[in-house]
Amino acid sequence: MTNKKIANGLGLLLGIFLVSGQALAFEGDAKRGRAVAATCTACHQADGSGMNIPGGESWPRLAGLDADYLAKQLHDFKAGRRQNATMAPFAKMLDDQQIADVAAYYSQMPVTPAQGGDVDAELLARGEQLALHGDWDKYIVPCKSCHGPGNQGAGSTFPGIASQHAGYIENQLRAWQADKRSNDPQNLMGAIAKRMSDEDIRAVSAWLASQTVTSKK
Amino acid sequence: MKRNKKTLAVAGAALAAGVSLAAFADPLPPAVDTLVKMGFPAPKEGELVHVPPTMADLEAANIHPKLKAVIRRGHDLFTNTQQLRGKNVFNDMNCSSCHLGEGRMPFSGPVWPAAVTLPDYRDKNGHVNNLEERIADCFAYSMNGTPPEYGSDDMLALSAYHQWLAKGVPMYPDQPIYGRGFPAPQRPASLSYANGEALYMEKCAICHGKDGSGLYQGGKYVFPPPWGDGSNNWGAGIVRTHTMAGFIKNNMPLGQPLSLSDQEAWDIAYYITQQERPQDPRYKGSVDEVLEKFGPTFHKFSSYGKVREVDGHRLGDHANWGEKGEKIKPWNVGRPRFKDLEVEQ
Ligand code: HEC
Ligand code: HEC
Ligand code: HEC
Ligand code: HEC
Repeated sequence: MTNKKIANGLGLLLGIFLVSGQALAFEGDAKRGRAVAATCTACHQADGSGMNIPGGESWPRLAGLDADYLAKQLHDFKAGRRQNATMAPFAKMLDDQQIADVAAYYSQMPVTPAQGGDVDAELLARGEQLALHGDWDKYIVPCKSCHGPGNQGAGSTFPGIASQHAGYIENQLRAWQADKRSNDPQNLMGAIAKRMSDEDIRAVSAWLASQTVTSKK
Repeated sequence: MKRNKKTLAVAGAALAAGVSLAAFADPLPPAVDTLVKMGFPAPKEGELVHVPPTMADLEAANIHPKLKAVIRRGHDLFTNTQQLRGKNVFNDMNCSSCHLGEGRMPFSGPVWPAAVTLPDYRDKNGHVNNLEERIADCFAYSMNGTPPEYGSDDMLALSAYHQWLAKGVPMYPDQPIYGRGFPAPQRPASLSYANGEALYMEKCAICHGKDGSGLYQGGKYVFPPPWGDGSNNWGAGIVRTHTMAGFIKNNMPLGQPLSLSDQEAWDIAYYITQQERPQDPRYKGSVDEVLEKFGPTFHKFSSYGKVREVDGHRLGDHANWGEKGEKIKPWNVGRPRFKDLEVEQ
């Protein structure tokens, strides 16, 4: 059912950067996905909320993320295009159908609140600036220009990042800076991450984590 | 001519930004330094370099709170022009869809130069235009709409924002302005529609859609449409191939300016500017008449009225006005000024 969303234009293009293109071939079934998710809850939690682990490796919230985005990430982990020692073994256990199913399952959960947004007002203000208006003097394009209104995601290419854990966002931005994550289409994200200072990263991560998203679903 | 190396004094020296340089000066302001490091040309000796104030500077500025509120409103209209949808705007664009970085960015048609160079003569309509009239023009063509009245609250707010961005720049500057407009790269010997199409699909379609319709999601603007009913009409400045090439080279893909070669930027521009879009509001039923009147000053740079090679379609030969339909006509188009004023040559 969620795969129907790909009809909305952006999703149609998924095949272009999905080297394999398998995600499109499999219709996800959220009910079957629930069973697959049994192995995931240890980290991503039963409600898909993940966990903010300051100073450690945070587990991202999966609840309410776009199904095709989730599927793409799982394929990328599986194929080694996205690398992470903790997560990769779990992706490798899944076949293409299970990937589609578990992605459908998480995408239908309501978005949960995030942690790590508890920082001083000045840092939050900088974060809001970057997320909504950018800092063009450093050629940092506003996050919302790609991640959509409210930074809640645009199509299947640009994931929702509002109400994601600060620790996870920070880790991802640093991974892009260090060329440890490079599975984004056309280096769209990497180009931006590399222009950010350490303080920019902390600021925008905290602000995004402090945002509440009311689920459309 | 003696070059002045000092920065021009900016009123309200407490401001962090809002810096104007009369001439090349070392070191460059950080905003310009960023661009130069990314490969944009450094300011040439004698060019006017101006870093417009940011919205944070506005909040910190010592001006009347009511003026602040009006400038804020202008900024809001500029970056979310969709709030005038159905009234003044009849496509899927904001002013900031083409004037990136809230109208402040060099090489992205920064809008403040209009506030210090107008009133001036414009070829496009053959008379002397002021700032409001220049803004009205982008409503009639780029927004495929009809402008707010001169002197109206919305028009005042928009022009106040433009003028605020020009803070500290001398009126009628003699020097050329650094990064004005959408400077086009060198035109290659030949242009390829097929290559432009392939490159568009590879580098641009992920955001703007294969069919050029952009992305409107849940009733909200995300990515603007480079062609089609939701785009600017045939009379907009960006339909000129060189302007489109300049826009693309210096601004796209988003976040990666100057990543395309000159040939690539021109090929993509050649492809995009040969797609259909709403009719030029100066059209009265005949493409040839538009070409005769506005060819020499404008359409000789566009593909309007040309026959597209791939399918033999004559571009612009239709009465599709886009969402505004037939009834709404931009009131400013074709409105003369100073008809009886004598001009000494
Ligand atoms: C031992 C903990 C752990 C388990 C179990 C686990 N994950 Fe993960 N997962 C992670 C971590 C850590 C990351 C972040 C990886 C990174 O930093 O790149 C992650 C990332 C992801 C992402 C990427 C999310 C995004 O926003 O890009 C997806 C999708 C995902 N996991 C799905 C699953 C699924 C489905 C399962 C079960 C089959 C699962 N995970 C099991 C730890 C775990
Ligand atoms: C030019 C477009 C663009 C801009 C601007 C942009 N991003 Fe992204 N971002 C992307 C894309 C594309 C992805 C998805 C990458 C993938 O498919 O693996 C992404 C992914 C991310 C992720 C990973 C999400 C996840 O669940 O794993 C984070 C975090 C992120 N972006 C943060 C930001 C922040 C913060 C900003 C603003 C400072 C920003 N982005 C601006 C294009 C952009
Ligand atoms: C479809 C793209 C597009 C949109 C949307 C757009 N413009 Fe423009 N604008 C242009 C182009 C192209 C130019 C001409 C640049 C040149 O001559 O090189 C321009 C020029 C201007 C100028 C003159 C700048 C100068 O250097 O003198 C102003 C002022 C301006 N626009 C304001 C606006 C406003 C206000 C809006 C929204 C109501 C708007 N524009 C929407 C494309 C656009
Ligand atoms: C990551 C998404 C993204 C990619 C990729 C991208 N653009 Fe854009 N483009 C935008 C956004 C967003 C704007 C408007 C800026 C704003 O709203 O802040 C824009 C504006 C434009 C405009 C002016 C408005 C219009 O629709 O006519 C044109 C033309 C354009 N882009 C062409 C291109 C071309 C050509 C490419 C490929 C070389 C490209 N874009 C790649 C996101 C993108």
